[in-house]
Amino acid sequence: MTAVKNKDFLKLEGKRFFSLDKLMTVLCYAALITVVILPVVMIFYYAFWDGSKIDIDMFVKVLTQQGNLKAIKNTVIIAFFTTAIATVVGVFFAWLLGRSDIPLKGLMKFLFSIPFMIPPFLAAMSWDMMFSGRGGYVNRLLMSVFHLSSAPFNINSVAGIIVIEVVYYFPFVYMQVVSALERMDPTLEESARIAGAGQLYVIRKITIPLTIPAISSGMLLILITSLSNYGIPAMLGFSQNIFTLPTMIVELMNRAGGSFEGIREAAAMSIILVVVVAIALWGQRKLTSRGSYDIIKGKSMRPMLIKLRGAKYPLLVFSLIFLLVVVVAPIVMILLISFVKAYGLPFESQNMTLANYRRIFVGNIMVSDSVKNSLFLAFSAGLICLVLGTMLAYVVNKIKPKGGTVLEMMAVLPYSLPGTVMAIGCMLAWSGAFFGITLYNTIWIILVAYIARYLSYVLKSSSAALQQVHYSLEEAARSCGASHMETLKDVTLPLIKPAMISGFFLVFLPCMRELTTSILLYGPNSRTLGVAIYQLRINGYITQAAALSVVTITLIIICNNLVKFVIGDRRRK
Amino acid sequence: MNKVELRGITVHYGEHAVLEDFSLTVKAGRIIGIVGPSGCGKTTIVRSICGFINPEKGEVLIDGKLVYSKTGRVNVPPELRRIGVVFQDYAVWPHLSTYDNVSYPLKKRKTPKTQIPELVEEVLEQVNMIGYEKYLPSQLSGGQQQRVAIARALTTSSDFLIMDEPITNLDAKLREQMLVEIRMLQEKLGTTIIYITHDQEAAMQLCDEIVILNDNGSIAQIGTDEEIIKKPANRFVFQFIGVSNFLPTCIKGGKCYLSLDEEILLDDNIPQDYPIGKTRALLGVRPMDIVFDDNSPIKAKIVQATFLGNIYTYFISLGKEEYRVQRIATGETDDDKYREDLTVGVKFVNVKYFDMEESV
Amino acid sequence: MKQIVLEHVTKSFTTKALGTVVAVDDFNLEIEKGECFSFLGPSGCGKTTTLRMIAGFEDLTKGSIYLGDKLVSDRDKNIYVPPEKRDLGMVFQAFAVWPHLNVFDNVAFPLKVKKLPKREIVEKVTQALKYCNLSGLEKEYPSNLSGGQQQRIALARSIVVNPDVLLLDEPLSNLDPHLRESMRFEIKRLQKQFGFTIIFVTHDQAEAMALSDRILVMDMGRIQQIGTPQELYRHPVNRFVHSFLGQSNFTNVIIKEGRVYPTGDENNAIYEDSLLPDSKAKVMATRPNSIELSKESGFPSTIVKRTFKTDFAEYLVKAGDETLLVQTPHRNIFNSGDRCFLRINNPAWYEPEDQKEKGERERRNTM
Repeated sequence: MTAVKNKDFLKLEGKRFFSLDKLMTVLCYAALITVVILPVVMIFYYAFWDGSKIDIDMFVKVLTQQGNLKAIKNTVIIAFFTTAIATVVGVFFAWLLGRSDIPLKGLMKFLFSIPFMIPPFLAAMSWDMMFSGRGGYVNRLLMSVFHLSSAPFNINSVAGIIVIEVVYYFPFVYMQVVSALERMDPTLEESARIAGAGQLYVIRKITIPLTIPAISSGMLLILITSLSNYGIPAMLGFSQNIFTLPTMIVELMNRAGGSFEGIREAAAMSIILVVVVAIALWGQRKLTSRGSYDIIKGKSMRPMLIKLRGAKYPLLVFSLIFLLVVVVAPIVMILLISFVKAYGLPFESQNMTLANYRRIFVGNIMVSDSVKNSLFLAFSAGLICLVLGTMLAYVVNKIKPKGGTVLEMMAVLPYSLPGTVMAIGCMLAWSGAFFGITLYNTIWIILVAYIARYLSYVLKSSSAALQQVHYSLEEAARSCGASHMETLKDVTLPLIKPAMISGFFLVFLPCMRELTTSILLYGPNSRTLGVAIYQLRINGYITQAAALSVVTITLIIICNNLVKFVIGDRRRK
Repeated sequence: MNKVELRGITVHYGEHAVLEDFSLTVKAGRIIGIVGPSGCGKTTIVRSICGFINPEKGEVLIDGKLVYSKTGRVNVPPELRRIGVVFQDYAVWPHLSTYDNVSYPLKKRKTPKTQIPELVEEVLEQVNMIGYEKYLPSQLSGGQQQRVAIARALTTSSDFLIMDEPITNLDAKLREQMLVEIRMLQEKLGTTIIYITHDQEAAMQLCDEIVILNDNGSIAQIGTDEEIIKKPANRFVFQFIGVSNFLPTCIKGGKCYLSLDEEILLDDNIPQDYPIGKTRALLGVRPMDIVFDDNSPIKAKIVQATFLGNIYTYFISLGKEEYRVQRIATGETDDDKYREDLTVGVKFVNVKYFDMEESV
Repeated sequence: MKQIVLEHVTKSFTTKALGTVVAVDDFNLEIEKGECFSFLGPSGCGKTTTLRMIAGFEDLTKGSIYLGDKLVSDRDKNIYVPPEKRDLGMVFQAFAVWPHLNVFDNVAFPLKVKKLPKREIVEKVTQALKYCNLSGLEKEYPSNLSGGQQQRIALARSIVVNPDVLLLDEPLSNLDPHLRESMRFEIKRLQKQFGFTIIFVTHDQAEAMALSDRILVMDMGRIQQIGTPQELYRHPVNRFVHSFLGQSNFTNVIIKEGRVYPTGDENNAIYEDSLLPDSKAKVMATRPNSIELSKESGFPSTIVKRTFKTDFAEYLVKAGDETLLVQTPHRNIFNSGDRCFLRINNPAWYEPEDQKEKGERERRNTM
């Protein structure tokens, strides 16, 4: 027997090794069941259980009511037209910026990113100020200039809602397609040119078909967002009694005032909304069942830019005007209103004041609470999602336990569920239904709902980063003498740190401007920024609502730039 | 002394058996090449040795000590097996500098802090990377990153390294250079190296002993480069090592004939390595061993002639088939005389005979 | 007949980091109809840029290009024919087969653009697929096919319209070595059959030699030498061409009275030629395959190391302070440490390497 060179072997006799893998897997299951599955189960429970037996009469009742049917019809019409128009707009701009020689691309790319930063309900509010019937500033301007007797535009209509949604959602398609175009192997298009095809033929037969996966995933995003959006239809539709499914559900909840019957009705409506979304999802899957193409290979070469020649400057002017109207104008409007003494007064120097800001900050407990609440919620939701989402990503991508796809599906479920539905689920689950825990009317229930809704953002960003961490990097650490835990600490986590930071802000930012969930879950002491603005607006304090909006947008822009700075700094290293 | 012993290792991925009852012994202080077509289970073998996968059956011994046994419920985790591993994609940690990468194993082994800088310098010198301590991997070329990976493996264990396709991602010139450097390092330190590759040329250049695996993961032959070139164990090895031609032959009346459209006498006796008891067999011959000789009774037509600088390659048609021929270009002016459509006499040297039925 | 003519073709780029770089410097070139012509050079030498100018994907900074007798690019006359009007076939390195079309539709694309009748399209595509060994795969999508099959689709697509000129941009470098060799023969077979004029861009000298009638060796944007593979290999005009076409030994030698001594051994001459002028520092360039290794006579040496390659055995042998690489068939086997004798055939003579030129090459490589 030769001497054993490896001293470590001697320490091993009879030692058992603890499995970190199993612990993490179990934790993930426990967390997801609590946060995601229980609320979903509760909705079904309430919709189908009348207290003693299974009962579907509630659906019959809900579906036979005229108002509800109208809401369903509105929802579908708005979602369909929004998706169709926004897709065309998005693809057009993506091609213009990704493939043509149009000037000022940097400026336009910056402007395209702004709609992401402004909460849609704020934008809707701003558009409302410009175009709502006879009261809107722009309408009044147009009426006096052209001597019209009635308002030229009415934003408080189904068409108005569609226009605003298009304006705010087309960047979803634009972003997806422009990145696909930028990564696409240019020789795919060049080989079509060589084959004798002219420019337009190439776009039609090669470029567009190849970007179909990107287009359709952007379309799906628009569709789901539009179906489940609360803010825009609420801001624009309430005054004219135009309801969509989400706004109808909130309305039902408010009317119910906590009665069992009322909650059941809302739950049933939620299920109908879920069904509509599920049909949309299924349809999209059908459309793209041919699978995604691998279009990103070959040497990276700058694609040949297509010369627009005579069309160049007309297109540029058109694009800039479009961007000014949809991006810049609403911000300017809100800013102006926030300084005006009373809503409706013309913007003249004697009418301007800082009083609105003073009023919301000094002595308005509701507003100062809402700032604190939103910061606290956004920060804690970001942090918890960061930890949970990253652990989940690790379990799904690296440990790959049996049933790993179930975990992943559980985590992304709330992403395709409308926020309204998730909020009702949380409300039902945490009003004493389990272990007597009652979170209703406290800030904690909002936190739980946020975590459920935004967990998948971190999961996605951390998963993408983890997939880049080749298993050999971790195995190298193990073979260097690091235990599993040490490998995570020294190698895996530092490598995905940038993705984790951006994951945090992906949760933080939407939480800061959240309205859909909070409007159902807030209590007397747990208003969020969104709720506060909304209530100021509804109660007629329009100028103060504008001032608080300006504060919110400023906060979001500061945070957003902070993220870019932090991530950019890492990249440069 | 045996560095590693694998006994009866079995690994399945789903239904597919990657290794079936695989056994191998690796002697200490040598470079052993494990060579085989891609997907034959080479990587599975080393991952079993390292402890990254747990075979369904079998035992692994390192330095005579049992580190894995399914039945004995022994499973030493990878971090305690003390094997320096060099991966195909280098696997240097991109967030750590050269120094931090290389010193990591020392820190994990609780080497006294004062000794670490010295040990790291020593190893970096072995791989010619002095002066790059502060560089991040992204600032290094592929070859330099691989040197860092080797240095890190050496600080883990200077007496046992596993290299899994370590040079595949490098360009041709650098590959050659790295092979020379690995060999020099091994000679200096006496390290045992298991070298995994699909490139039989690299293995022949580097390794003391080569293990050639069949498609199904079983061992086809173990031998030195010379043994494998001169005495391939079977038709699989012969074909795997390089371009090969196979011609049908038969034995009639104690003589060996080439059996094409007509039968042409090859040998007055039955060749020594002719499959015993068979009257038909395949003659295997390398392109370089088909020699143009106008006196030979075997006549073939040149279908294609290609000049590649150092060698000529030809396709000749003989019977119904086409065969590959190669000739070293010596630089003489009559080099070009074998042109397309010319009929030439050919003879076969260094031939091997293989059983016709042997499956490949 | 001339198929492709380049006159004073120049292309320069201006980048922030490097200033102005002349990627292609005053090219004059005539390629005959039916010729297989290669652009060979290291990466960044301008070969792909030249090809892309011929295809019409890049503007010229100066000069003009003719295809057949048609002027297609001219900077001064402001003539520029777009790629789709040049009637070329082209195969790209990354295959560039369209993943949303099946094999048949990929190959039929150029015909559909031309609006040929359906029956004719089917006929021509079937033919092209047959030539490229793809029959039976018409309905498959590229993602289900191997790299080699995808490259054959690209090839079929480029020959289906029977173009006069076929441009091949490193078409084999994404394939594994085995496939690369068989595709090489396939391309050659197709060319024989159809008589295309081929321009083949590659950095692999073996590929260029196997396929080409003539090769243009380029380096740093300039033409180094144009000639047949044999001319280039046997009579390279400079050290760059010598080293780029196949392996080379560059041995530092001293020449005295027509006798050549390797540095470090002034007793034994490794080569004799009475016409050689005396020199204190000269480089003798030899090919590993033109050195004879024997047990009987020649320059006395020892084997330092032996390596088996698939086709031949390689030896490192000692000559004074210098080491030479020698290749022999497997059947003449020496062992490491054996005494042996060398005989040198057909050496070439160069001056020791110019440091300035070396620096410029490194600068361009960092581009």
